[in-house]
Amino acid sequence: MIRRDALIIGGGIHGCATALNLRHAGASVTLFEKDYAGRHASGVNAGGVRMLSRHVAEIPLSLRSMEIWERIGDVVGDDCALDCHGQVLVAETDSDFEDCKARVAELNALGFTHEELLSAAEIRAILPAVAETCRGGIISRRDGAAQPARATTAFRRKAGELGADIREGVAAGMPRFERGLWHVEAGGEEFAAPNLVIAAGAWAGRIAAHLGDPIPMEPVAPMLMITSRVPHFIDPVVILRSRILSFKQFPNGTLLIGGGHLGKADLDTNGTVLDWNKLQTSARTVSELFPVMRNATIVRAWAGIEGKLSDDLPVVGPSPRHKGLFYQCGFSLHGFQLGPAAGAVMAELVTEGRTPTDISGLSMARFNAS
Amino acid sequence: MSVLRSDNYDLVVVGAGPAGIAAAAAAAKAGATTLLLDENAGPGGQVWRGLTSTPLTNRDMLGKDFWDGQLELEKLRSSGAEVLQRATVWSIDPSLQVGISHGGASRIVQARRIVIATGAMERPFPIPGWTLPGVMTAGAAQTMLKSSGLVPSEPTVIAGQGPLLWLLAGQILRMGGRIDVMLDTTPKGAFAAALPKAFGFLTTPYFRKGLKMLREVRSKVRIIKHVTRIEAQGDGQLERVVWETAGGKRGEMASRLLLLHQGVVPNVNLAMSTGAAHDWDGLQLCWRPRLDDDGQTTVPGIYVAGDGAGIGGVGVALARGRVAARAALTSLGKSGQDADLSAARAELAKANRGREFLDLLYKPAEQFRIPEGDTIVCRCEEVRASDIRSAVDIGASGPNQLKAYLRTGMGPCQGRLCGLTVTELMAKARGTTPEQIGYYRLRAPVKPLTLSELADLPMEPEAVKAVVR
Repeated sequence: MIRRDALIIGGGIHGCATALNLRHAGASVTLFEKDYAGRHASGVNAGGVRMLSRHVAEIPLSLRSMEIWERIGDVVGDDCALDCHGQVLVAETDSDFEDCKARVAELNALGFTHEELLSAAEIRAILPAVAETCRGGIISRRDGAAQPARATTAFRRKAGELGADIREGVAAGMPRFERGLWHVEAGGEEFAAPNLVIAAGAWAGRIAAHLGDPIPMEPVAPMLMITSRVPHFIDPVVILRSRILSFKQFPNGTLLIGGGHLGKADLDTNGTVLDWNKLQTSARTVSELFPVMRNATIVRAWAGIEGKLSDDLPVVGPSPRHKGLFYQCGFSLHGFQLGPAAGAVMAELVTEGRTPTDISGLSMARFNAS
Repeated sequence: MSVLRSDNYDLVVVGAGPAGIAAAAAAAKAGATTLLLDENAGPGGQVWRGLTSTPLTNRDMLGKDFWDGQLELEKLRSSGAEVLQRATVWSIDPSLQVGISHGGASRIVQARRIVIATGAMERPFPIPGWTLPGVMTAGAAQTMLKSSGLVPSEPTVIAGQGPLLWLLAGQILRMGGRIDVMLDTTPKGAFAAALPKAFGFLTTPYFRKGLKMLREVRSKVRIIKHVTRIEAQGDGQLERVVWETAGGKRGEMASRLLLLHQGVVPNVNLAMSTGAAHDWDGLQLCWRPRLDDDGQTTVPGIYVAGDGAGIGGVGVALARGRVAARAALTSLGKSGQDADLSAARAELAKANRGREFLDLLYKPAEQFRIPEGDTIVCRCEEVRASDIRSAVDIGASGPNQLKAYLRTGMGPCQGRLCGLTVTELMAKARGTTPEQIGYYRLRAPVKPLTLSELADLPMEPEAVKAVVR
């Protein structure tokens, strides 16, 4: 039996960031990843590093994460191709714009200043190619995007360099609690530790249910498309207020089109099936918003497998039922940016039992309230 | 795309080479509603390219096999199959929906069975300087020859190995084209290795044809055997070709054109993108789809026929096309096909004779498959062999992780030009097998699709609602 201070199930950006921070705290750790680090949602998402438009319950975690992203090269030894020109929420109608005003006012009242209102003239100055009909929007100026697979790999590599035992291609068996320790069988070996972190993305729901902590998680497959290179015409990442779209041009000229239209996911085969009718909706939306894009060529479309919770918020924190068990999952299509801070928070919870970051709105207890 | 008669078909066949033509003709003749889709201006695929339109009228120039295609084409024409040329298939999913582009519009058609007959493509030949203007594949040269009658007139070197290399050299010479030197890269000892398998080959028509081809080229071109290194050099354009032989002899020639070819491999992009399982073929050194006796993949209802199922040539392609079509019809409950199916299987067994000899004889040497140093591997993103080795050193464990490090395979070709090289190079660098390393996960659209084509796709095709599978 291999004895550790902590075991982690799941090698996405969350599990890897937790492993890295546990090593900084001096804890011994083994991480199990059934495929390879970044194989699923962490590696194939749109790479948005975004504080913009987050639910209030997530904002403290997101702000802390942004501070880590801004020095990511020092943290993981790779710049992760992080490129920050802001993210802009576009209001296409008057009613969208009214919502934007209310949102910024609400955040300001809570003491958050990272989102700023943009007038129609201001948004066209920032996005000259945007359709004339747009009414205004919101900008979060420090936001941007990174390369998700590269970033996740960098966290995995750094955690390994710091002494974390990262086991890729090794599926963890269902954990069990015996004589004060969490036991996991993996790759023909038995591991035990007083602490266990479930960071298994879309697969976390099964483990939580097995451990008697049921959460309303649905595996989903958000779809993305990328185009061939086109002349540079846009700097910030763009998202829409009422239609499903996110849109970003990389420095090499390719454009990423996403936003959360869902294909089908199969947890047992790792398979995803694209829904071309929904991708067609994305293509139409882009064509309307940026007419210049109509002749761009789509070179690839894909979907990652992600765990979505019923209220679209993650679970970050201890199990309400079991000692030494922690959940870091259910990021519901927007967990990539949160990874670095969530890893720091989990390491604090495991080693010190508390964290300075307000994660009260992300506790598992919210599903047991009724 | 009003050119199509329907939104749903019993059988959709992708690719109008020998396998696709045979499959579509057999299915339509048996009464199945059949749609044959092909990217080119006319049917024929690579081997019969320009069958209906070539400007070449002297039958000897292209050889008898080329004109045999007309017979198969006649069968297709009289079968009642619907044929759409210049149609691009950009997606096939496990529910057998087929995404098609044609004339700037796109559409999704529902199939009950699908035969993928996307044929072969040339194996990458990554030597130093292979991306210089003036260096092209022999297959590209053959396309120009068949469709426009163009042959080289400037100092030309042809290099590599395999039946197609000799075939093309013969065709160029017969048309008055110029070839100064042939660099034969068949490794020393390959013939001895292949010899035990020669008996099967001796009994095929390829043996006689092969000898004739070799004699014809040898009588007119300087042949340099056992070439172990080739380099294309020049400043912005090919200026000279430099080589070295197994005996240590070096040579060079001022040249404006270098034609490269070291065999063909299955073009598996479309089949892989459906999620069908593929295995590494250690003899042909390529991926091939995992098929049952009927040619059906691991995705129910999707079949692969022709060179896309493993290189076999025209005879095998025709037979595989007929086997797949008849098996597909049998599975749809179209009765009376069983006798035909066993006849098609017998045809396939006969056509497969002698293949192992050719595979062993023309197994390309490692140094021409796994490049070193700063030789470019991925042309789209200009990634070099040394970049890939460095990425492996810092932890890239397979082609899909490599994408994150270097963007290999993420350009417009979706890895067609680098995929095999990347797999073999990573396997060597990590001391493991190509099977363990795996291949790029391929994503639809497997052929480029414009945003406007997708935006204008008719919503909710009737086919999706109408068809019960």
